[in-house]
Amino acid sequence: MAAVATCGSGAGTTGSAVATASKSNVTSFQRRGPRASGTNDSGPRLVSIAGTRPSVRNGQLLVSTGLPALDQLLGGGLAIGTVLLIEEDKYNIYSPLLFKCFLAEGIVNGHTLLVASAKEDPANILQELPAPLLDDNSKKEFDEDVYNHKTPESNIKMKIAWRYQLLPKMEQIGPVSSRFGHYYDASKRIPQELIEASNWHGFFLPEKISSTLKVEPCSLTPGYIKLLQFIQNIIYEERFDGSNPQKKQRNVLRIGIQNLGSPLWGDDICCAENGSNSHSLTKFLYVLRGLLRTSLSACIITMPTHLIQNKAIIARITNLSDTVIGLESFIGSERETNPLYKDYHGLIHIRQIPRLNNLICDESDVKDLAFKLKRKLFTIEWVQDNYLRQERNIYPPGFSYLLKQKDSAWGEGSLQHSTFLMSFLAKATAFASRLVRHSEPLKQTGSGRIHQAAGPRLWHDGRRQEAPGLLGIPP
Amino acid sequence: MFVELNNLLNTTPDRAEQGKLTLLCDAKTDGSFLVHHFLSFYLKANCKVCFVALFQSFSHYNIVGQKLGVNLTVARERGQLVFLEGLKSSVDVFFQTQEEPHPLQFLREANAGNLKPLFEFVREALKPVDSGEARWTYPVLLVDDLSVLLSLGMGAVAVLDFIHYCRATVCWELKGNMVILVHDSGDVEDEENDILLNGVSHQSHLILRAEGLATGFCRDVHGQLRILWRRPSQPTAQRDQSLTYQYKIQDKSVSFFAKGMSPAVL
Repeated sequence: MAAVATCGSGAGTTGSAVATASKSNVTSFQRRGPRASGTNDSGPRLVSIAGTRPSVRNGQLLVSTGLPALDQLLGGGLAIGTVLLIEEDKYNIYSPLLFKCFLAEGIVNGHTLLVASAKEDPANILQELPAPLLDDNSKKEFDEDVYNHKTPESNIKMKIAWRYQLLPKMEQIGPVSSRFGHYYDASKRIPQELIEASNWHGFFLPEKISSTLKVEPCSLTPGYIKLLQFIQNIIYEERFDGSNPQKKQRNVLRIGIQNLGSPLWGDDICCAENGSNSHSLTKFLYVLRGLLRTSLSACIITMPTHLIQNKAIIARITNLSDTVIGLESFIGSERETNPLYKDYHGLIHIRQIPRLNNLICDESDVKDLAFKLKRKLFTIEWVQDNYLRQERNIYPPGFSYLLKQKDSAWGEGSLQHSTFLMSFLAKATAFASRLVRHSEPLKQTGSGRIHQAAGPRLWHDGRRQEAPGLLGIPP
Repeated sequence: MFVELNNLLNTTPDRAEQGKLTLLCDAKTDGSFLVHHFLSFYLKANCKVCFVALFQSFSHYNIVGQKLGVNLTVARERGQLVFLEGLKSSVDVFFQTQEEPHPLQFLREANAGNLKPLFEFVREALKPVDSGEARWTYPVLLVDDLSVLLSLGMGAVAVLDFIHYCRATVCWELKGNMVILVHDSGDVEDEENDILLNGVSHQSHLILRAEGLATGFCRDVHGQLRILWRRPSQPTAQRDQSLTYQYKIQDKSVSFFAKGMSPAVL
């Protein structure tokens, strides 16, 4: 109703089923729960879809990205109706893991999946999803259900509906866990029965593109056109656009598109600077976002932006996406040997967070984030934690230091850098002040000794011998 | 609207100037708070507003507008606001063939044509209704944002032509105002965007430029706003007046202060 009316004399009454569906949308939704995201004009009142929760800031409905640490950095999760763009790391080692965690989260929550790839068959991608680490509580109740089924006399005796006690217990076909955000074990595969119980659609480009369909010439590459039509089809058929309000159980569609923009999709922005179809990818992103805004879906896209020749296109793509995260792995770069980063595998940059229904967004104050893939888990940490431990060894608290900004791990001249260091150094002064000589002579006799080098001559025998960087006052 | 920004610009909804083109520009930060300001400003000034919203959905502007004291749904029903929702319309245009020319017709075309259907839409929306009574004071065209048109395949020259046609109709013929948002790509070499930005800033009377701080991210100061008053039609005998402020965006308002005078620092 909205779009039809506002397009003036242009659109009139389109035969679009989507438009008429959204027309009925407005009248049939009733206010039941907290105000949800801006997918429709009047806002469908969504109540408790498994795996979603409203944002604390503006009631926007959020889904988990599959990594609780990343959820926290994005302000609670990924908003429904938005695109999460992941700029792949150079050798494409860690971005598939984020991609798969997102899809695995969908399976665990019972969401519908749509996996699109030009490189791998979606069925193979699903086989390689990491296994969820269900915590002990939910595992216990899962076991308990099985136990009750097996033993004839169970502890829970039904008093009223006692005839139903003899019926076998139903298998757990609903979502395995209703918690928001799970941890995944990267070394194990997801159990086969979870995949089979889930509802998923695959788009494998070589299969779809072989059938020659009459398509109007448009500046999008045929692969993108096919993908958009496929997504729009699924959204319409499975009623993710809210066109059928009678359906009791609402669900979320999770879309995952792998390696978008790579030459395998038929796009040449990674090969040539001024290709023939330089607007293909940006148009695709725009129409995709339009589809997402009018349906209950969230999308993850991994893109090899390091291959894109024209940097202006990267800026446009970033502007057209909602949330943008960049992965930078240390493999092959000089940072691999930097002792600061020895525990980590790469840096994670949060390049953009959308401002949805709000003037401000939940930007985290922490900008230097690194990730590591331990044996099982993928964790994201603040780089400074490691640095803090080292720094406190070199600069014991309780002294005054001359702060010089030399080659630092942070961006140069960052306001956050200097204020962090100042506050870090100032913090420890309070409890260590008993060691500081407050009664200093007014006149400084002799020349002060300034030691710039940080040495390990600290706290050896309980007595401080020398602290580096100290304007030494000879006794 | 932000009262502090009104004070800085020396305007109120009652006595705003007419026939002006305002350019909103953002570099390394998000300047959309300025769009929300001007939208609520002109709705409160009882103007007829045509909003070409290419960047976000209607409910986003509606919810933020309610925080600023205007109700877009009511304004649209009254006829005060004509809203072109780019995201939603693009889906309609792309998947179905339209009988009549749609404002976003260029999405279906292979070669970048021109923005004539969009201009027709704007002209149709803002033309004065001969009902006898003057309900609205003057028409206003709001575009958020123009750089999206470049991403969708239009050339910079076509977009500049569109702006020129709109300016001739809205600013000169109908004595209304125009507010346009353009992203500044900064050090990224986006030639088309630079052409567009230079072209529009040459024609504009007022330029509001939201920039990120040169020193990086700060929690208490979100950015810097440069205000530049220009007189494009007259020869520049006088110097163009320019002011710079820093700002912090809060939940329902934006506070402005002189550079270095953030309350957090003092």
